Amino acid sequence: MMDTNLYLALSALIFTIGALGVLMRRNALIIFMCVEMMLNSVNLSLVALSHRWGNVDGQIFVFVIMAVAAAEVAIGLAILIANTRHSQSVNVDKIDLLRW
Amino acid sequence: MIGYSAAWLLALPLAGLLLNTFVGRRYSRTLAGTIASGAVGLAFLIAILMAPDIYGSHGEHAGQTLPLWDWITIGELQVPLALLVDPLSLTLTLVVTGVGFLIHVYAMGYMVDDARLARFFIYLNFFILAMLLLVLGDSFVTLFIGWEGVGLASYLLIGFWFDREDELYGSYADCGKKAFVVNRIGDVGLILAMGLIWTTVGTLNFTEALQGLATMSEAPLVLICLLLLLAVAGKSAQFPLYVWLPDAMAGPTPVSALIHAATMVTAGIYLMARTHVLWELAPMASAIAAWIGVGTAFVAATMAMVQTDLKKVLAYSTISQLGYMVLGAGVGAFAFAIFHLVTHAFFKALLFLSAGSVQHATHELDMRKLGGLRLKMPHTARNFLIGSLALAGIPPLAGFFSKDGILLYAFQHNILLYFLGLVTALVTAIYIFRAYYLTFMGEPRDAHVDSHVHESGRLILAPLWILSALTILGGALNLPFVLTLEHALASVVGELEPPVPSLEIALLVVSAMVAIGGARLAWGAYRRHMAWVDSIRATFKPLAKLAQQRWYLDDLYDRQILRGSHTLSQWLSTTVDQQGIDRAVNWGAETALNWSRKLRRLNDGRVPTYVFSMFVGAALLVAYFWIAL
Repeated sequence: MMDTNLYLALSALIFTIGALGVLMRRNALIIFMCVEMMLNSVNLSLVALSHRWGNVDGQIFVFVIMAVAAAEVAIGLAILIANTRHSQSVNVDKIDLLRW
Repeated sequence: MIGYSAAWLLALPLAGLLLNTFVGRRYSRTLAGTIASGAVGLAFLIAILMAPDIYGSHGEHAGQTLPLWDWITIGELQVPLALLVDPLSLTLTLVVTGVGFLIHVYAMGYMVDDARLARFFIYLNFFILAMLLLVLGDSFVTLFIGWEGVGLASYLLIGFWFDREDELYGSYADCGKKAFVVNRIGDVGLILAMGLIWTTVGTLNFTEALQGLATMSEAPLVLICLLLLLAVAGKSAQFPLYVWLPDAMAGPTPVSALIHAATMVTAGIYLMARTHVLWELAPMASAIAAWIGVGTAFVAATMAMVQTDLKKVLAYSTISQLGYMVLGAGVGAFAFAIFHLVTHAFFKALLFLSAGSVQHATHELDMRKLGGLRLKMPHTARNFLIGSLALAGIPPLAGFFSKDGILLYAFQHNILLYFLGLVTALVTAIYIFRAYYLTFMGEPRDAHVDSHVHESGRLILAPLWILSALTILGGALNLPFVLTLEHALASVVGELEPPVPSLEIALLVVSAMVAIGGARLAWGAYRRHMAWVDSIRATFKPLAKLAQQRWYLDDLYDRQILRGSHTLSQWLSTTVDQQGIDRAVNWGAETALNWSRKLRRLNDGRVPTYVFSMFVGAALLVAYFWIAL
């Protein structure tokens, strides 16, 4: 009982760190890693709750998320590299071509 | 079997018009005419093949219904699209496709030099399609579609030469507009009548609605009949809505012959015959119809007396003859109204096409400049003469028997109606022989016109001779005392009480004498005594002036209605539209633009801003569910 709550607390902590990182950092690569942290914090809580309720659905879910995250990373990094080559910068404040 | 053939009747002109629209005109100029004529000719053959079955079966079940598909179903209102083939609709179909085919062939010769030849035949096929839908529809709704369709075809064809303008007609496009607008007034009557029938008996199917209405009291029936009469007055050019027909002559002559003489303008007569049950139960409305008919016949005949343009003479003559048909329907002689419709289709088409032949050869229809054409155009002259004899009602041509039948029943109804009809017959004989004499007899009056007169080609003359044959023999359809057509139509429009034989013979003789007398009078007057003509004109000067001014009806409309509505339109256009609606719309657009200028600042293109708003949104959602649950 107590164990699960600790896992959830850790998950919430990692999620918050990730979210704050996304909001506050300017380096696109760091933001990207923070997004991955948020994803994995959710994975952690899924696994913990799956263990708690003795139900494997949550763990299957995690595998799906990991697979999707891997694909997403591949695309995200490609976009990032393309943009970096274009603007010679990884600062997200300068990525504003889609403005009005 | 019959049913499927009826569907083919509609499919053929449709196929013709589609072929000409998408394929035909790319290949050759003459192909369009061949396709269009072929489609109508085939439809005519199909109609002939159907004839034995339809005319052969007597009694209650003479008609056959062919459901095509469910067209409208809204709550209780169900409008299946279905065709009704019975002796009445088949008679009309035969006239439309038969005379229509001849006129199509004629048009191939007449329109050969026109730049918009393919379009002309597309319109003509469209007209045939709409007209067949009108006569074959088994409900008021289907009839109404056809009714509007022929109105549209008429508008398009009157204004076919929309880029032309002359002294006689003004802008040709305006003539089409006038016809369309005046017809619209009549159409309102038809729509209101349909609404009234629907609220009274809850169906618009002819058979059911007429059965239902037959049990009603007289008051709603009179109202329905008067509204239908308005529709008839619009489409069939009766007083006070006949003003559009003379201007409709701006269209090419085959159009005048087909639409504005033989078929479309008789749609009103068909409508009256189709709804004859109502008219028989509403004697008051019938009497009004009879008086309007005979009044129109007389007024139009006097106007035909003073026209100088050959086609205008024929236009007023058509109005006058349509007046006879309405008179016939008004006095209950529906079979004779239809009979006159058929014979009139023959001889008036013949007259128009002959006039067209003259126009084709001379490019001139002003009778003051024509004259002596019989020498260079013998065939056209003979055909016009045959048509004139039939129109004047000289026995034994077709017009004699049909007109006399109507006058006979008018006599039994009210002697005044008969008398006015007889006077009109006299005037008719005079004006048509005046036209014949001025155009074809005497000496050429204009050397320039005379110098290039020539007889028309075979494509033009062949339909003329066929129509002549029909005009001469058409009376055999319904000879007195034999009455083939009347018996065939009896299952639809009811039996007529046979008149006293001695009376009938007496009236036949009187009619014949009047017709011959009128013809002789005109012949004598215009052959030798032009001075006499002038003195007669001087004696009847007020009447002549009245006729020349079209009985001031056009002026009245111009002053009372046109100017008023023009002022109103002007006001609506400047005040309501430009200052009201336009401003409101502009204000709306500008407000939206201003706001979007401000709102687009939110979209600053920076990723953190977007992510932040996303988180805020997610947080709000979570908070909402937290509180709600």
